Amino acid sequence: MSTLILVEHRDGALAASTAHVIAAARALGGEVDLLVAGEGVDAVAAAAARLDGVRAVLTADHAVYAHQLAEPMAALIVACVDDYSHLLAAASSSGKDILPRVAALKGVPQISDIIAIEAPDTFKRPIYAGSAIATLSNHAPLKVVSVRTSAFDAVAETGSAEIRALDIVVDNTLSTFVGDELATNSGPELGSARVIVSGGRGLGSSENFQLLDGVAVKLGAAIGASRAAVDAGYASNDLQVGQTGKVVAPDLYIAVGISGAIQHLAGMKDSKVIVAINQDEEAPIFGIADYGLVGDLFEVMPALESRL
Amino acid sequence: MKVLVGVKRVIDYNVKVRVRPDQSDVDLTNTKMAMNPFCEIAVEEALRLKERGVASEIVAVSIGPKAAQEQLRTALALGADRAIHIESEERLDSLEVAQVLARIVAEEQPGLVILGKQAIDSDNNQTGQMLAALTGMGQGTFASRLEVTDEEVQVTREVDGGLRTLALRLPAVITTDLRLNEPRHARLPDIMKAKKKPIDSRGIDTVGLAANDYLRLERVETPAARQGGSKVASVDELVDKLKHEAKVL
Ligand SMILES: Cc1cc2nc3c(=O)[nH]c(=O)nc-3n(C[C@H](O)[C@H](O)[C@H](O)COP(=O)(O)OP(=O)(O)OC[C@H]3O[C@@H](n4cnc5c(N)ncnc54)[C@H](O)[C@@H]3O)c2cc1C
Ligand SMILES: Cc1cc2nc3c(=O)[nH]c(=O)nc-3n(C[C@H](O)[C@H](O)[C@H](O)COP(=O)(O)OP(=O)(O)OC[C@H]3O[C@@H](n4cnc5c(N)ncnc54)[C@H](O)[C@@H]3O)c2cc1C
Repeated sequence: MSTLILVEHRDGALAASTAHVIAAARALGGEVDLLVAGEGVDAVAAAAARLDGVRAVLTADHAVYAHQLAEPMAALIVACVDDYSHLLAAASSSGKDILPRVAALKGVPQISDIIAIEAPDTFKRPIYAGSAIATLSNHAPLKVVSVRTSAFDAVAETGSAEIRALDIVVDNTLSTFVGDELATNSGPELGSARVIVSGGRGLGSSENFQLLDGVAVKLGAAIGASRAAVDAGYASNDLQVGQTGKVVAPDLYIAVGISGAIQHLAGMKDSKVIVAINQDEEAPIFGIADYGLVGDLFEVMPALESRL
Repeated sequence: MKVLVGVKRVIDYNVKVRVRPDQSDVDLTNTKMAMNPFCEIAVEEALRLKERGVASEIVAVSIGPKAAQEQLRTALALGADRAIHIESEERLDSLEVAQVLARIVAEEQPGLVILGKQAIDSDNNQTGQMLAALTGMGQGTFASRLEVTDEEVQVTREVDGGLRTLALRLPAVITTDLRLNEPRHARLPDIMKAKKKPIDSRGIDTVGLAANDYLRLERVETPAARQGGSKVASVDELVDKLKHEAKVL
């Protein structure tokens, strides 16, 4: 048994998600190799080699892998996955994009977004916006699995794995990169933040949404948002927390002007401590909050900022 | 250009599911069902392409039980030209669904295929990517904007960190994200007219699917309920509790 993990990286930096996926791979048992593909990936490969529990870091460094487009990435993985029993990646936007393409090319199914491992072929995952947890067994020769990173603690960085360059170049005539429009969110990354301050429709406008910043800065928190806030343009799309956005589990989640629809709860209900600030005492968010404060957010937030 | 859209029948997003006492599955008896919200967005995008003169014909396809024809009727009422129903009472995994869709793609030769990014029941987020792989097409997943020209489609995708734009050679597979458009509702006269539009319904046995037995559902459980519901009376009390009781500040 052995696992190949697709390493996620952006702008020349290793993403935090990989350390969590390695933890899942180690729960499976067997050897763990990482695959870093891109253009100019030396620094990422070196950082990946320091993660604990890794046997080897395989690199594929070529212009065709720049921007990690799904078509060439899937072709590359198909060319080097034959020796492995498991293929894992984070259930991030790039993992979600690439992994099912590999699975289909290999003629095997995928299990998405696992939150626990019962046995090397048996996994738990949420379905119906987290209203139920399914346990599935996978009897395919190659088990393709995406991992909910918030469900597995990151491994440490005391390793020194071997780095090996692969000489595999595929061609890509299907897709070309046009451009990125990256959101300029200050503060920590939503996926790995210890504290998240999240705003909903109750904020009322983009200007008002900045009311969250004061508290966020004092707490070193990342900003999150409900779908309603993103749809209304108060916050950028990558900040949406929920069933169809990001799934987070910080130590502290402060929901401000968010009603608590099941689709939102699906993305944050595993947070350690939940605070809800809402003027409607019947709002469903209070049902899962450890500390609910009924009140007008326009009074509560400035008061909270000054008390921190 | 012909556009093929995937339509999945799922539980209505407002309904909360219950797990069966024997943990064999969720209980969907007498549950309100609807078109998957991301498929509504797919249908809407196809309609807009047709209104702009880019698409010439819209074909909606659904794989599922007989009742999935209700969702195909909805797609027809919204403006799809015709529908294909592949009847299956069996539960298929995303790979099998993609294999059936690939067969339809081979028959219909669409210029563009639009699916939802995920079905809100299984939350798999796989089918479009798998279909693209099986048909050798490029994929534009989690789309929030499309621009179709003669030979290519430019697709802006919602990704971690912001937005990314790709150009894909046609034919290609697109999967929809929430911000692609706001779907319209069907009007009553169109619902009546849709009853006359054709649905080509065939059994799953006619598509030559080599079903796999790779995935088995072992059990379905209700997650542990979170103990919430406590209130604090003031900002001072909140800060005090976060510091001294929860110890997160
Ligand atoms: C297919 C699909 C996918 C979805 N995916 C997601 C998802 O991933 N994430 C997500 O979040 N949602 C998602 N949704 C949407 C979800 O169903 C809800 O519509 C959404 O979460 C509501 O956002 P909200 O709580 O900000 O807005 P609302 O439900 O409108 O709530 C606003 C709240 O603000 C409170 N409020 C107003 N003014 C004040 C004030 N001055 N002070 C204090 N409180 C105030 C109100 O009492 C209310 O409770 C999805 C829906 C569908 C159909
Ligand atoms: C072991 C096992 C357990 C399962 N457990 C459950 C369960 O508990 N509950 C449950 O409801 N299902 C279950 N299923 C069924 C399964 O999860 C999905 O229904 C199936 O995988 C189809 O893919 P998806 O809808 O999840 O794809 P996604 O990739 O999430 O869907 C994306 C898009 O693909 C298109 N699409 C998907 N399916 C169809 C279709 N049938 N017809 C037309 N277009 C389609 C739609 O455009 C959709 O928006 C199970 C399957 C297996 C094998």
